[in-house]
Formats: sequence, C-alpha cells, structure tokens
Amino acid sequence: MTVSTTPATSRAISVEINGDTVEREVPASRLLVHFLRDDLDLTGTHVGCDTGSCGACTVLVDGLAVKSCSILAVQADGASVRTVEGLASDDGELTALQQSFKDCHALQCGYCTPGMLMSATALLERNPHPSEADVKLALQGNICRCTGYWNIIEAVVAVGQGGAA
Amino acid sequence: MLLREVEYARPATIEEAIALLSGYDGARALAGGQTLVNVMKARAAAPDVLVDLADLDELRRIGFSADQSALELGAMVTSTQIGASSEVEVARPVLAEVVSTIADVQVRNRGTIGGNICVNDPTNHLPPLLVALNATMTIRSVAGERIVAAEEFLIGVYTTAVEEGELLTKVSVPTRRPGSGDAMDGVTLGAHGTYLVSAAASVSPGGVRIAIGCVSAAPVRATAMEQRLASGDFSEASVRAAAEGLGASLDPPSDVHASADYRRHLAEVSAVRAVLRAAQRAKG
Repeated sequence: MTVSTTPATSRAISVEINGDTVEREVPASRLLVHFLRDDLDLTGTHVGCDTGSCGACTVLVDGLAVKSCSILAVQADGASVRTVEGLASDDGELTALQQSFKDCHALQCGYCTPGMLMSATALLERNPHPSEADVKLALQGNICRCTGYWNIIEAVVAVGQGGAA
Repeated sequence: MLLREVEYARPATIEEAIALLSGYDGARALAGGQTLVNVMKARAAAPDVLVDLADLDELRRIGFSADQSALELGAMVTSTQIGASSEVEVARPVLAEVVSTIADVQVRNRGTIGGNICVNDPTNHLPPLLVALNATMTIRSVAGERIVAAEEFLIGVYTTAVEEGELLTKVSVPTRRPGSGDAMDGVTLGAHGTYLVSAAASVSPGGVRIAIGCVSAAPVRATAMEQRLASGDFSEASVRAAAEGLGASLDPPSDVHASADYRRHLAEVSAVRAVLRAAQRAKG
C-alpha cells in the first residue's frame, strides 16, 4: 500500500488558505477550526457552540460554506479554504458585504459576524441579487444570539441592490 | 472540543477502502463527517481508524443504471449535489425537494446520502423516503457486492445491514414512471428543524408505499393503510379512512417534544398529507 493509505495519527497536509499555500503536519484528530485558530493564528473564525449548530465557525472550502468545527483539518488536505481574514484586501479595503454590514449596523456583539459574512459571501457568489427569502435560507445555519437578524438580512440584500439601503 | 486520538487514512480506490475497513479493528468509514465528527466530540463514537472516502470519485457520481430503470446515487453524493442535479430533477424530483430541507446550507454542502442512511437516526429525512421509493443499497466487501432493499438495510439507530469490513457504495432509486407521484410530509421543530414525525409516500399505478419516520428505531411501513388504498381511490375521505388505526399500530417514543400519543396522532396526519400530495402529483 502507498503511504496515503496506511493509517496514521497525523498527516502532512497542503491547504490553500486565503490564497497562500500552507503545508503542515497535523494530528488526524484536529478540527479544521483549531488548525486555523491555534496553528495558523487565524482567530477571526470563531468557535461558538462547538457542536455544529451555530455556524460561527463557517469558512469556505472550495467555495462552499462549511462549519469548520465539523470537519477535520486532514479532510481539508488539497482544498482551498477562505476565512474571514481573506475578505478585506491587504490595504484594509472592505468587501461590499463587509461595508454593508457596517452601514446597516448588522452586528451587535460581533461574535457570529465572521460566520455570517462567510455564509453570505458564498450566497452572493452564486446569487448576486438574493431576495430576502434567499438570504434567510442561506443564513439558516448561522445563529445570532443578539437576535440581530433583521439588520443582517438587510445588509446582505442591500449588497445585491448595489449598496446599503 | 478536542477529539480522542485517531488514525486516519485516505484511500485512492474503493478496493483500498475495503481493505482498510476489513483489515483494521475499529475502522470506520468517514463520509462528510457531519454526524460522525460531532458524535466523536461527544465521545458517543470512538473509532480507532477513520477511512476517509473523500478521494473516491466513483462514490460522488449521479447517473443511471444500464437499462435506465434506476437513478444511481454514489454514497458520497452530497445533499447540495442532489438538490442541483438535473438527473434527479428528471428521474425522482422528490429527492431534491426533501434534501433541500435537511439542516442548513453548511450541513448540506458536506453531508452525504450514504452518511444520512448509515447513521439511520430515526429523525433523519432519507430513511423513510428511500423506503417509500423502494430504493436498494449496494454494499461491497472483499467477498464482492450485494444488493439490499431499503427496508432490510435500515435496521436500527446507527445500525444498518453494512457489516464490519463492508462499504455502502451506491443507492439506486427506481426512476419515476408516468402516473406516479411522491411526497414527504411531517411535523418539525421549527422550519427545516428535526422531525417529530415524518411520513413519505409514493403513489403509482401499482399501488402506494408509505413509510413513517421517528416512531421506531427504523422506518415503519404503513402496510394496512397501503392495502386499504389498493383500490386506487385517493379522495380525501378515502385516504383519511385508510389512515385510521395507523397511530394505534405504532409504538413511538415519548420525549420532551412530544408524547407517544401525540406522535401516534401526528403519524396519521402526516401520512394523510403525504399520500394526498403524492396522489395529486401522480395525476400530473
């Protein structure tokens, strides 16, 4: 058998993260969210419930929104991962979505915001002009315990309409 | 949450995957991980070796059997894939409709048909639906391939016909025939939430198949109701009459969300709704 098919407690993985290729040896038991936060210091991705329910840890894996607390880092081997740190440009210019969150006051405590931004980014990439109903469905896996949902929905819809309402 | 130490392998072929599953004690197939990773955190499962099926492209395919009589879904096909598939839309659109109500976008992006049915949680969507659709499952091992009907496949909570060293590779669903229709209904905790009771129905010129979820360790066929509807009278009065006694024939669990009696009531209500909608669709 080849090396890749011999079970091992760790694995050398290669993951593209926000455009940069990262190669690390990681324990097989490490969750993607801990790899991002603890190994790579990308602490923008939050751990909320840690049971796959709240969506605060949402990142994009090969363009699809996933909960990084519900996949292992080794499962992301070979994938392209985008985190909230990968949204704004290097000079700090916000994406239209981030700007809209700011304009619409779409965050209160801010804990759920990284996950909301990543789920909404995935939505806008495949549906640039979502309706309110589209946004609600796309954000169903993201919980805001400040219950600030209306401003969040407004912010995402506003991006599709070319700017803040 | 930290996981217990575990070994991991990522085979490149189905043969390698089966060799790993049969060659190592405590080996378990890892599909999307949306259930398995979370139950590992809770220590409700503690596999020694995870065999990640991610690189097995054959298991990610949606297609048709050689004679075109069945829609074939690889075990690693995700809910998102099913929801976007033109083959599913043509051959058995109820599958796309139902998977689009599983959990949320993130879970649907990773969660697979194989994982959903191998977990066989009584509240899962696909077990009762696949029983109603008369689906079959293909299981492979070093000894070869065997095909099991959905009803025999789904044994109990976290228990299926897949034995140690075996791998579910494919789910085959008969393609929809003219004059047939399918529907799933039930009562959930919130929109797209967990089912309290579910019912799936498939109406065709040959008869009707009805499966009830959340009332036992595996989906339960409503055979008496099916027989009463064999005449083909799908009027509301007829369907309601046929459902009478279904609840009393069940032994559902009681929990904080619903008593056993309430689930018996919901089973009849859900079955009636599912059959009426399936019959409406069968008319075209």
